[in-house]
Amino acid sequence: MDSFLALNHVSYAYHSPQGELPAMTDLCLSIEKGEFVSIVGPSGCGKSTLLSLICGLLKPEEGSILVGGHPPDESDVKIGYMLQKDHLFEWRNIFKNVCLGLEIQKAQTPDSLAYTTQLLKSYGLEGFEDVRPSELSGGMRQRAALIRTMTLHPDLLLLDEPFSALDYQTRLEVCDDIAMIIKEAGKTAVLVTHDLSEAISFGNRVIVLSSRPARVKADIRLSFDEGLSPLKRRSDQQFYQYFNLIWEELKGHE
Amino acid sequence: MNNISAAQAAYLSGLKRHRQRVRGFRLLIFILLVILWELAARTGVLDDFIFSSPVRMYHTFMGMAADGSIFRHTGITLAETLASFFFVVLFSLLLAMALWWNRGLYEILEPYLVVLNSLPKSAMAPVLIVWLGSNPKTIVVTGILIAVFGSILTLTVSFQEADPEQIKLIYTLKGSKWDVLRKVLLPRSVPVLISQMKVNIGLCLVGVIIGEFLAADAGLGYLIIYGSQVFRWGAVVIEVSNRKKECNLYLSVSF
Repeated sequence: MDSFLALNHVSYAYHSPQGELPAMTDLCLSIEKGEFVSIVGPSGCGKSTLLSLICGLLKPEEGSILVGGHPPDESDVKIGYMLQKDHLFEWRNIFKNVCLGLEIQKAQTPDSLAYTTQLLKSYGLEGFEDVRPSELSGGMRQRAALIRTMTLHPDLLLLDEPFSALDYQTRLEVCDDIAMIIKEAGKTAVLVTHDLSEAISFGNRVIVLSSRPARVKADIRLSFDEGLSPLKRRSDQQFYQYFNLIWEELKGHE
Repeated sequence: MNNISAAQAAYLSGLKRHRQRVRGFRLLIFILLVILWELAARTGVLDDFIFSSPVRMYHTFMGMAADGSIFRHTGITLAETLASFFFVVLFSLLLAMALWWNRGLYEILEPYLVVLNSLPKSAMAPVLIVWLGSNPKTIVVTGILIAVFGSILTLTVSFQEADPEQIKLIYTLKGSKWDVLRKVLLPRSVPVLISQMKVNIGLCLVGVIIGEFLAADAGLGYLIIYGSQVFRWGAVVIEVSNRKKECNLYLSVSF
């Protein structure tokens, strides 16, 4: 197995006094370096659990997860994680917020700080360093959250519905922005979403999960023109073909 | 925003007038009460031997101010209150952190904390004197005991109510439990901490005064007991109003 990210027969269940709730059983998946993978599935099917497992926050009960050939904890592949909400801390200004990761990993060197400043500049947040998060728009906040992730030079980005808290117009714009940023940086990305259009516009591969316990129901490669941004893809002819295809898969026979 | 419209100007001046009126009426009520009291005492409606009177209070205060005793007693009470306040903040922060860190410990100790918090601590003061002796230490301990348990419970709950997603963020950045505490829980609990401190300083003062009732030869609590025993009501009433003033002072300081 030489895949960049490989999940082999992974099972995971939540336990409570009321009983056991299997989130996924026998899930197999592999993702290559540089791929943009969208994972869609009905809500509550264990999509977020999947990202927590890949990130190493949760341990699979059965099966194994290998990132760059090693379990997430021991892997030298750096994983960045973007949550649904930006979770910028109101008691820190923007600069301190984006430096949170560096601060925690005690990596605040002149180089890393210069890189952070450069990121702020290229993502259009220059001049907002001393501002409180509440003064920024939703889109700017999500970009700040992305910078907070990018300062740590992740090789693999896990995006857990990072646009779902935004209003529709901002959502399209930010999705466009962030997809281009990650693509230009040459990262591998896994996006989890319940929004079908978003999944198709973002990824070059869409994986459809079944309802809980999650299994891979379909794995569809998309062949849009290289360099077509998520927003432009939405008006591409193929978009609706893919949409219908995946919609059928999602509705499924079950 | 330099040019203010006429309507905005009218709104602002209306707001200002309202504030002035509130302040004016507050002051007026105070002055009226003092005058009424004095009149009642002079005309014999109130027995000024028992109820004292503003003028008598003034003379007593000036007398105690002249020999400096009022400032000494106030200073002692202030120092004791601040000392117990300091320990309350220290203990409650440390314990709340420990109880958050170890959820099991919290589950074990919670009923004990609730019981200790609802215990009438002021009734414990005589027992404390037997245990610890009649000295300033007992007074400070009384102040601590009155405030500390409620404070621990409030802070612990505030720690436990933190957004799990904010905590997850720290872990996704490869932080430790210690990082969660330092980067999320402590900073986000600052408003709770401040409001809790406002409550605590008042409670510490109550505890210290109760302690002084029983175990002191100086301080405002001591003055109250001494005054009531020798029927110097003027002094007692001054202490009581002084306590209020002090309380307000603490509040503004802690704020």
